[in-house]
Amino acid sequence: MTTEVGSETEVKEKAEESADQPDQSEKATEETREVASAEGEEKGKEKEKEGKGISKFLPTWLKKQKSLSQTSPTKDTALKEEAISVEKQEEEGPAPEVNGLADEVPEKEAVKSEQLKEKEEKPHSKASTDTEPAKEEKVDESVEKSPEETKETTEGQGVEEEKKEQEGEVQGEGEGGGGGGEEGQTSIFQSPLRLVRKTKMKLVVCHVTLLDGTDFSCEVEKRAKGQFLFFKVCEHLNLLEKDYFGLTYKDNHEQTSWLDPMKEIKRQIRSNNWQFAFNVKFYPPDPSLLTEDITRYLLCLQLREDVASGRLPCSFVTHALLGSYTLQAEFGDYEPDQPRPVDFMSQLNFAPSQNKEMEEKILELHKSHRGMTPAQADAQFLENAKKLSMYGVDLHHAKDSEGVDIMLGVCANGLLVYKDRLRINRFAWPKILKISYKRNNFYIKIRPGETEQFESTVGFKLQNHRSAKRLWKVCVENHSFFRLNTPEPPTKPRFLTLGSKFRYSGRTQAQTRTASSLIDRPAPSFERTSSKRISRSLDGAPMISITEAGRDSAENGREHRLDDSKVKMVDVSPGDVEATSAQSPLRVHVDNIYDHDKTQDEVLKHQASISQLKRSFMEAPPPSPPQTNQWEKRLTSSPATAVRVQQQQVVSEPHAEAAAAAAPAAADCTISDTKESAKTAEVEIEETVVIQEVSKATKPGLVTVTTGSPASAPTDQETREQEVTVQEEVAVPKDAKAAKQESVSSESESEEEAEYHPNVSVSLSHTQIPEEKEEEEEEEEEEEVEDKENEDETAEPNMLAPDVSSHQAETSHPAEDISGGVVESQKEDMKKNAENEKEGRETEDSTDDLMMTPEETPNGVALSEEAVTGLAAHVGEEPEPRMNGEPRPQVICCSEPPVVKTEMVTISDTFAAQKTEIATKEVPIVHTETKTITYEAAQLDGTGDGEPGVLMTAQTITSESLCTTTTTHITKTLKGGLSETRIEKRIVITGDCDIDHDKALAQAIKEAKEQHPDMSVTRVVVHKETELAEEEED
Amino acid sequence: MAALMAGFGLYTHAIVRGIPASLAKEALRTSEAEVDVDKARGEHDAYVEVLKTRLGLDVVELPADESFPDCVFVEDAAVVCGDTALITRPGAESRRGETEAMKRALKALNLNVVEMTDENATLDGGDVLFTGREFFVGLSSRTNQRGAEILADAFKDYAVSTVPVLASLHLKSFCSMGGPGLIVIGSSEPAQKALKIMQQMSDHCYDKLTVPDDIAANCIYMNLPNKGHVLLHCTAEEFPESFKVFEKLKDYTLIPVSNMEKVKVDGALTCCSILINKKGSI
Repeated sequence: MTTEVGSETEVKEKAEESADQPDQSEKATEETREVASAEGEEKGKEKEKEGKGISKFLPTWLKKQKSLSQTSPTKDTALKEEAISVEKQEEEGPAPEVNGLADEVPEKEAVKSEQLKEKEEKPHSKASTDTEPAKEEKVDESVEKSPEETKETTEGQGVEEEKKEQEGEVQGEGEGGGGGGEEGQTSIFQSPLRLVRKTKMKLVVCHVTLLDGTDFSCEVEKRAKGQFLFFKVCEHLNLLEKDYFGLTYKDNHEQTSWLDPMKEIKRQIRSNNWQFAFNVKFYPPDPSLLTEDITRYLLCLQLREDVASGRLPCSFVTHALLGSYTLQAEFGDYEPDQPRPVDFMSQLNFAPSQNKEMEEKILELHKSHRGMTPAQADAQFLENAKKLSMYGVDLHHAKDSEGVDIMLGVCANGLLVYKDRLRINRFAWPKILKISYKRNNFYIKIRPGETEQFESTVGFKLQNHRSAKRLWKVCVENHSFFRLNTPEPPTKPRFLTLGSKFRYSGRTQAQTRTASSLIDRPAPSFERTSSKRISRSLDGAPMISITEAGRDSAENGREHRLDDSKVKMVDVSPGDVEATSAQSPLRVHVDNIYDHDKTQDEVLKHQASISQLKRSFMEAPPPSPPQTNQWEKRLTSSPATAVRVQQQQVVSEPHAEAAAAAAPAAADCTISDTKESAKTAEVEIEETVVIQEVSKATKPGLVTVTTGSPASAPTDQETREQEVTVQEEVAVPKDAKAAKQESVSSESESEEEAEYHPNVSVSLSHTQIPEEKEEEEEEEEEEEVEDKENEDETAEPNMLAPDVSSHQAETSHPAEDISGGVVESQKEDMKKNAENEKEGRETEDSTDDLMMTPEETPNGVALSEEAVTGLAAHVGEEPEPRMNGEPRPQVICCSEPPVVKTEMVTISDTFAAQKTEIATKEVPIVHTETKTITYEAAQLDGTGDGEPGVLMTAQTITSESLCTTTTTHITKTLKGGLSETRIEKRIVITGDCDIDHDKALAQAIKEAKEQHPDMSVTRVVVHKETELAEEEED
Repeated sequence: MAALMAGFGLYTHAIVRGIPASLAKEALRTSEAEVDVDKARGEHDAYVEVLKTRLGLDVVELPADESFPDCVFVEDAAVVCGDTALITRPGAESRRGETEAMKRALKALNLNVVEMTDENATLDGGDVLFTGREFFVGLSSRTNQRGAEILADAFKDYAVSTVPVLASLHLKSFCSMGGPGLIVIGSSEPAQKALKIMQQMSDHCYDKLTVPDDIAANCIYMNLPNKGHVLLHCTAEEFPESFKVFEKLKDYTLIPVSNMEKVKVDGALTCCSILINKKGSI
């Protein structure tokens, strides 16, 4: 099967595209001909045609266009480039396929009109092939909006047809112009985008349920970020101290989640239900410190709801007391003359188990509040509510290490563990060194106590990975808000995180207090709207009617799809590879995403010695662009960009040297083309043999997993990355079909694991937890006492500072093996391994030093009972944090000659999951082994990637047999008159048999040389992933 | 003004119970000591007198019941906080009947009485430490998790944390509240360990007063109008070292109360009364 590596967009849309393509190209061509033959009448005709016939494949393109339009400007360029590539490739296959590679081109922008002219005979039809969809899209848009535009478009095309030659030139210019403004015909491509982007941004009506039960509706741009809506709501509420609040939505699983202010709303809600609720996100431990009454009022409303719904449990007396303050605040003084009938009271919702007795008590207490202003009553309400033990505690269902149902409560002070209603443990923020989740496990790493020597990690099992992630996020946010002076920047290099990069993005409590102390406005008048609450309860509507409406209808969103995709992997037949590759397999790679940039420092350190040894084998590292930035870019920009970045790094380097104009030839023309290149011409053959041994646990779907990757990228390594990058989108876009950009960024949360190192900037601890120091009576007597306690309390925060670097420290130390004890210290670096891998993979071209770390870092996930005592930990020998259980082909380069084997053991939850238990003794699961051997020849392209070449062609050929999948990716690049052909082969072998790596490697090299005697082999990577038997566990 | 958790140590009423003759022989005990019932009664009378006369509490005196040798230790039969009273299900089967009289008395005081009916639950009031802000419940031979859960359910406003009690009869065998936010703790290793756990489990920061003798750490704190901080604690005769520690407390009305006999049947100061605040309650 032949597929092209496209931009991620392409890849994602591939399924649809492949379905539609033949149709489209046919049609397009047809149309074009028509146009060409009858230019005069064309306009009307075509218009008609577009209006009707086209509509059948409109949706696909429409969606695609939209998605493109949402991406960054570079995407536009890519789009343009697409046209070019189509021109070049037309004979070879239908449809624009080269996007992925084309993406590099814009940077070079070296395309000469001369080159184009060579192909000028056909530019027209080609252009239209690609143009057509754009037009269609536009037409569609226009139809909706203004008929006139439609006309214009058509005319535009008409003009285009008439002036073929000019057009060619114009296009050339357009291309040459790269991402700049588009003139002339090019606008045909661009106009739809513009329409979408600039003029006709779609507005969506958001419904926000406010705390008083009313509904606030406002229009936002469809692509607005959460922040935008939130600010609108705050504005509507006249709220300045907004940092305590947030918006929630219900996801497709009826779980309430916080809307991330930094992300697009649309990306988060995963359904078309723009229903939100305004809620308190961080309950101020001392509401009296809030500056404005209106803030307190809103907090009161939230708490009333919490109390009435039972979320904030309290006793009969407290219900009555709080209720009485509510009455006072909303109705003013008790009127003895007109005693409120008790049945009126029953219309107010005070408690989950409200009865006459309570109502009478409320009235009785209400009498005692005579003279209290509403603000005072609110303040009293809060003074009482804040003392409730569950005040501000966000509960999450979980299971402990023994599978016992517990609740985890996140609050201002830390993490609380409840069993039934009993608090069985508590981890104050200062005690927590790291918070992480992996799949459905949630871990906290605990600072060793005075008597303990080692950190321990406590693991909890959540219902699913979404819950684990949700809990993790809440922890990250609460910690940041209550314990930090300033939020931790997401990409702080020191806190290398696996997985999600999510960080709290708002102001911390410290900041918001400072800010609100500056509030200088007359207290805003606002109405305490009891009536609304009443009417609501009259309706019988639940007080907590956050988003009752329509949520259920939500179609499955990302999360759901994840499951789907897994299933799919199993089912995929070879024929589907193309389609599925875009979707299913990707999931598997998730957690590797962030390893890459994570620990570059560490990796560097770690690998310093190794890399020295290897240096002789390596070429001088080309100037490597800062990886972090690339990753950032990747995360924030369109996938296409991301791809490009990588390609520059890896692929295009060699190309830069490539010799002149390789004829765009058919797929297998490899050798001959190559020869055109001058001495500098560099040919890289990359044969990757990925050998997988599949244990029984492994799903057949494996094959797909591996196949999936080749379909998408030029280099194996890149492929991986690409996949990774794409992956979340894959999940999402199905419904959204929208720009990839967002999905990419949102991806930062899609992974199944992440870590967070709560690090406190020393000072705050005490101010933040005022209660902790409140009582210091009996000072004298307690001197000793206090000393000790202060040690506990004060020292902790201070110790945190050093801790900041602890991670690094750990990394550089050979992991300590605590032998013998039940408690084993945990190695911090699951991720490190992964990183190293990643690093190796990704940076091989650019930073050779980083490449290889045959690393044997003991690490593991220590799991332990939540009891302070029973700590379970385990030290895997060389675990590596990948998705376990799902072996994925991973190309890890140990830069080799001298063959360095990297053996890694993956910690997997698979087994734990089955057992629903992470017990002390069960060293979590080390059951995947991966081996990677890389052969890498010295690179000839001395100049590195001075300039990227111009991509001439790229194609991917995939062939499959029973247990092998071979993907050949051929790219030709033109650079400074030299052409380079690069062939990458990827062979995935899936099976039970034991394969000798060395042999496989040798074989691969040999074959490659035989097949392409004229080319040089630059790199061979053998990667083996094995599932080990279960006895690996304790 | 009514407020939650206001006035820790403020009490208006106390419930006590007489000492049956059966105490001498039949009361449960962890030691082999002989108890002089007369002496014990003398001590107890002095104790009640302090509450009644010196501190001015309304003392409800329940008659002793010979069939319940341990009935003087009323604390185990109920937990009162605010105007809610939880009638416990004592861990010792022989003591279950003690709760009947207690229940009547509490109802008579118009408290909101909650009963622990779950047959799997056991709870001795001696395992319940109320700090003014939260409960700690010792999981001991007398108190189990279920009992603690029911307590948590009865007092929803407060956090209820469990603390393993291994080395002694009750949680309060080695600790008690010596003031708002002040935990008096014995210096034994189990006591210190338990304190650590309590500190870890709590959102609040407690001060601690360590006394050399575990049992001396059981004292009674009150904060009474016109009297300020009041502490009933061990005598110098009984625990001289611990006594010295208490003596250092400033601004306290210190009232040493002899408990030589009752302690032989594991009775501490707190065991002999249930303190109730009716005035501040709402």
